[in-house]
Amino acid sequence: MRFLEGDKKTSFEQSVLPHLGAAYNLARWLTRNEYDAEDVVQEAYMRAFKFFGGFRGGDSRAWLLTIVRNTCYTWLQQNRSREFATGLDQESYTAESEAPDPEANLLRNVDSEMLKRAIDELPVEFREAIVLRELEEMSYKEIADISGVPLGTVMSRLARGRKRLQQVLTRAESKERQHEVQ
Amino acid sequence: MRCNDTRELIGAYIDGELDLVRSLDIEGHLHECSACSRNYEAYHSLHRMVRNGELYFDAPAGLEKRIRKSLGRANRFSIAASTSTWRWAIVAASAAAALAILLYAGMILTSHQNWDLIARDVVSSHIRSLEPGHLYDVESNDQHNVKPWFNGKVDFSPTFKDLTDMDYNLRGGRLDAVDGRQVAVIVFTRRQHIINLYIWPSGRTGNPNEEIAARQGYNMIHWSRDGMTFWAVSDLNTDDLRKFAKAQQE
Repeated sequence: MRFLEGDKKTSFEQSVLPHLGAAYNLARWLTRNEYDAEDVVQEAYMRAFKFFGGFRGGDSRAWLLTIVRNTCYTWLQQNRSREFATGLDQESYTAESEAPDPEANLLRNVDSEMLKRAIDELPVEFREAIVLRELEEMSYKEIADISGVPLGTVMSRLARGRKRLQQVLTRAESKERQHEVQ
Repeated sequence: MRCNDTRELIGAYIDGELDLVRSLDIEGHLHECSACSRNYEAYHSLHRMVRNGELYFDAPAGLEKRIRKSLGRANRFSIAASTSTWRWAIVAASAAAALAILLYAGMILTSHQNWDLIARDVVSSHIRSLEPGHLYDVESNDQHNVKPWFNGKVDFSPTFKDLTDMDYNLRGGRLDAVDGRQVAVIVFTRRQHIINLYIWPSGRTGNPNEEIAARQGYNMIHWSRDGMTFWAVSDLNTDDLRKFAKAQQE
C-alpha cells in the first residue's frame, strides 16, 4: 500500500506536473488576475491528484486543463457571478447584427499590450476558446472535450471571438492614430 | 462557394479544421474574390499576431514548489489514512488508540470532502447545461437513439430507464466532464423542470444508500450501483426527484 501510494505521487509528478505552465496560463486568462490564478491552479492540482486514480492514460495536459477550466468556472461563479452570468453566448449573440460580416481590416499597428487588453475584454467562453486554440495550439476536438461542448460550438465561439478582436483592435488602432495626429 | 460561406468558415480554414473538399472550395474562391482574399489576410495576420504576441503567462517561480509541498502533505495523509484500522487496535496502547480514532475521523473527512467536491462540480455542470444550447449533444425521446449515441464516445454504456409513462420525459443526452473525467448525462424533463442524470463508472460495486443534498437551490440525489455512479440534479422538489431516482434504480 505504502509503495502504491508513493508510486501514485511519483507518477503524478512525472505526467501532470510538467503541464503547470499550461495550467497557469489558462487560469490566468480565465480569472484575469495573477493571485486568483495561483489559487485556482493550486486547488486544481489537489483535485487532479485526488482523482488521478480515475485517469485512464492518454493526454494528461488535456485532462489537467479540463480540471483547471472547471475549477476556474466554479471560482468565477462563486466570486464573480455577475460578470459570469452576463458574459454568455445568448447576450453576445443578440448584440451582434444579423447582417453579413463586413470585410475585416488588416491591422498594422497592434502591440502586445493592445492584444492582451482586447482578449481580456472577450466573454469568458470566447477567451477560453482563443487561448486553447492559439496559445495551447489545440484542435477543435480537444477544445470541445475540455470545454464540454460540441465541436460546432467551438467553431462558432472562435469565429465570434476573432470577429470581436478584429473590431476592438480596429477601433483601438484608429484611436491611437488620432492620438498621434494630435 | 460564396462570400458569406467563405467568411463564415475563414477561421476554420486558417486552423486547418475543414475537410479537403471545403478547404479547396475556399482556396478557389480566395483566388477569384479580392474582397474575401483581403478578409482572409486580415484574419490570418490576426492569428499570427495572437500566436506570436508573447501572450503566454509564465507560472510564478514559487508555484511549482508550493504545489509539490501540498502534494507531499496530501500523499502522507492518504498513506496514513489507508493503513488499516485493525493494526492500530493491535498496538492497543491508549495513546495509539486515540490516534486511530483521529485517523479514522480523518478518513471520513477526506471521503466527505471528495463527495463535496464532486457535488459542487455536478451542480456547476448542471447550471452550465441550462445555458442556451448546452443541454444536448443528442436530442431524442427514444432510448434507442440516445444510448447508442454514447458508443465510442465513452468507455462504458450508460444504463438508464425511459420513464415517460411516469411523466419523466426523456429528452436526450450529452457528454460532460465532472472532476476531470468524461461522464454521460441523460436529460429528462418533468413539466417545466429539467433533470440531468450524470452517469460514470465508479468501481464501487454497490452503495444502495441514496445520498440527498441541496446546493445553490438545486436538489441532488446520488447513488451507486453495479460499479456505476449516478447523480440526479434538478430544481424539482425533493419528493419528485426521489421518485425519479427510485424508478431509475428499480
